[in-house]
Amino acid sequence: MCLALPAKILSIDDDAETAVVSLAGVKKEISLALVEGVGIGDFVLVHVGYAINTVNPEEAEKTLALMADAGLLNEAPSETPV
Amino acid sequence: MKYVDEFRQKDVARKIADAIANTVDPNRTYHVMEFCGGHTHALFRYGVQDLMPDNLIFVHGPGCPVCVLPVPRIDNAIELAVRHGVILCSYGDMMRVPASKKTSLIKAKAAGADVRMVYSTRDALKIARDNPDRQVTFFAIGFETTTPPTAVAIKLAMAEGLENFSVFCNHVLTPPAIRHILQSPEVNDYGTVSIDGFLGPSHVSSIIGTQPYECFAEEFQKPIIITGFEPLDVMQATLMLVRQINDGRFEVENEYSRVVTREGNRKAQDLMAEVFELRSTFEWRGLGEMPNSALRIRNTFAPFDAEKRFALTESTGRDVKGCECPAILRGVKNPTDCKLFGTVCTPDNPQGSCMVSSEGSCAAYWSYGRFRLECREKAKAA
Repeated sequence: MCLALPAKILSIDDDAETAVVSLAGVKKEISLALVEGVGIGDFVLVHVGYAINTVNPEEAEKTLALMADAGLLNEAPSETPV
Repeated sequence: MKYVDEFRQKDVARKIADAIANTVDPNRTYHVMEFCGGHTHALFRYGVQDLMPDNLIFVHGPGCPVCVLPVPRIDNAIELAVRHGVILCSYGDMMRVPASKKTSLIKAKAAGADVRMVYSTRDALKIARDNPDRQVTFFAIGFETTTPPTAVAIKLAMAEGLENFSVFCNHVLTPPAIRHILQSPEVNDYGTVSIDGFLGPSHVSSIIGTQPYECFAEEFQKPIIITGFEPLDVMQATLMLVRQINDGRFEVENEYSRVVTREGNRKAQDLMAEVFELRSTFEWRGLGEMPNSALRIRNTFAPFDAEKRFALTESTGRDVKGCECPAILRGVKNPTDCKLFGTVCTPDNPQGSCMVSSEGSCAAYWSYGRFRLECREKAKAA
């Protein structure tokens, strides 16, 4: 129920507070009534036809870097997969 | 898909799994409650549980709005469509959830009621605009993620003077459910459910922020990690949780920082506060009556409240006999503990809500996990 997908904004209709987004290549019109200050090219999280938040690219990179480092931060990472 | 594929990489998953294996203390057990159905789904779909050490156990939480809606409310939705003759618009998740007397929204539709599956409140508004001579009611369910879109629809209906549109509001709140679990006798007295920490909600938190969880962490001394729904998110958050448990810390940490902030989405919060107010009490399937755990439509928007527009009967409908959904939702039992699981109750013929919703624990076990334990035993023996 709470599932939401990141989608890229392709165009914005300011009067209608809507945008056309690309969801893995599929174009869809969504509402921007719940977000502020988004622009073309931004990624938003789409839930039941509404953008509910923006995706922060810097934070995404930081999290990925943390994940990639997970094994290195431990003293004795095992060689064999669990 | 960007921001999805990167968080499903197999080699990174192996690394995090190794890190978790090296971090856990072999002399203790870790009980981690993943609050959301979305997390349960990720655990099973991607086989995350099989990458975890044996002493790390996931306890599945009640975070599936379809699963926690009690039978009487579904009876009322069917009543709206059948007795009051409205066009009832519902999210697809609710269509097959069993109501009382072996009925459901989809069976009511088959019998002639005008029940329509919609993807968005925007679709429900369009149906209302296209059918000015009919009453159109939106069956609103969901946690804080799904509540703001309903608020927008009610405000739009008022602005447009869309008098034939109304909302049957069943929106529920996450923090009271977490509090309820932490205060429940199973956790406190009986010791049947042991919880060392939580993987906290993803998209609910994108709306409400991480701040509302701080009081739980402090009061109940349990760490909470706000966690995304992708498999690497769940694994990384589990690693963060294990570290906190090892250190004896109980903080709110945010793994899902690409979407969640401490403050959350203020615009969505303001809209919710403008349109909705707290109900003094609301029944949750499995958890019972909980004070201040749900929302109703404020008086300002009363003309759009289906509960005020239509006289609804107090239903006494109950769950199917033998269905263990209530215990499963509290984390007391596993789907495989239920006699109906996989025999009478399957996704094709669901008896309980946890099997209907794709996020329900029973559906996750059935779809991805029903051969898992057997395979694991075989692999160990070999």
